[in-house]
Amino acid sequence: MIRDFEGVIIKTVCRAVTPFIQLYGLYVIAHGHYSPGGGFQGGCILAASLILMALAYDIKEVKKQLSEKLNTIFCSLGVIIYAGIGLLCLILGANYLDYGILYKILPVDAAHARSLGILGVEIGVGFTVMAVMISIFLNIASGGQHEEGEER
Amino acid sequence: MRFLTFISILMTTALLAYATLDMPDFGDPSSPASTHVSPVYIQEAYEKTATPNIVTAVLADYRSYDTLGETVVIFTAGVVCMMLLRREK
Amino acid sequence: MIWQLDIILLIIVVICALAAISVKDLLSSAILFGAYSFLLCLVWAEMGAVDVAFTEATVGAGISTAFFIGAIYHTSRRTKD
Repeated sequence: MIRDFEGVIIKTVCRAVTPFIQLYGLYVIAHGHYSPGGGFQGGCILAASLILMALAYDIKEVKKQLSEKLNTIFCSLGVIIYAGIGLLCLILGANYLDYGILYKILPVDAAHARSLGILGVEIGVGFTVMAVMISIFLNIASGGQHEEGEER
Repeated sequence: MRFLTFISILMTTALLAYATLDMPDFGDPSSPASTHVSPVYIQEAYEKTATPNIVTAVLADYRSYDTLGETVVIFTAGVVCMMLLRREK
Repeated sequence: MIWQLDIILLIIVVICALAAISVKDLLSSAILFGAYSFLLCLVWAEMGAVDVAFTEATVGAGISTAFFIGAIYHTSRRTKD
């Protein structure tokens, strides 16, 4: 399906607009404390920017920017970040995922330690959602072959 | 067969519309959802978590086990999709 | 909460849902499903649930439409029934 086609305007506009979409996705993740948004939505927006590249160019262009091995590492890195923050709280002496105890290793008080714990968790969710959405799209759109597709 | 399908959809719609009449009104302050645990979140969430958006505080702090389960579900979906579809040449 | 806007949005949502399941072209069906998702996102935002509306806009109208289009290119474009 995803094959290289001749469209100068589409290619140029997609390549020009992709960094702004990624910047907006990072803003949504980082600003989730103050406005609607969070890890899930920001991860989806970050994945949508690379899906746009896959639709405008081909799959090789996406794999040049984010290789499959790195994408698979990102898939599990998010879950590891999430569970690791919970385990850090457990090691420091509180319950699992009780971020208030993080003030022992961070230079802030307990309430702001909870805020920073929420931020770390959102970053983990964003990693996992971005990598999984890109992986599912590439697998579905190319039938698992990960090449630009057969000619039809 | 299409007629039976249409009749069953119509009956289900009527039943659901009838069941909706028992729900509390939109934004009712005396409904069970807004009297049980929501006032505690609204009063305490900012002092305890320093996060102005209460939805984020509830999702990632008070209910963080739910969000952990959601992340693991997404991860499992990605891994299963990879296992089912990915084929080397 | 403006009830006239609610009525208009819900009527268009029902029209989009009925069109998405009755149209023969699968690509049109996927696009209509995206329109349905986006109108539902407007309904959530109009009710004041902004986080749910944001999730619906990104996942329902953005990502899942791309997944459907990717899947449709591997099957025939028109349905049999």
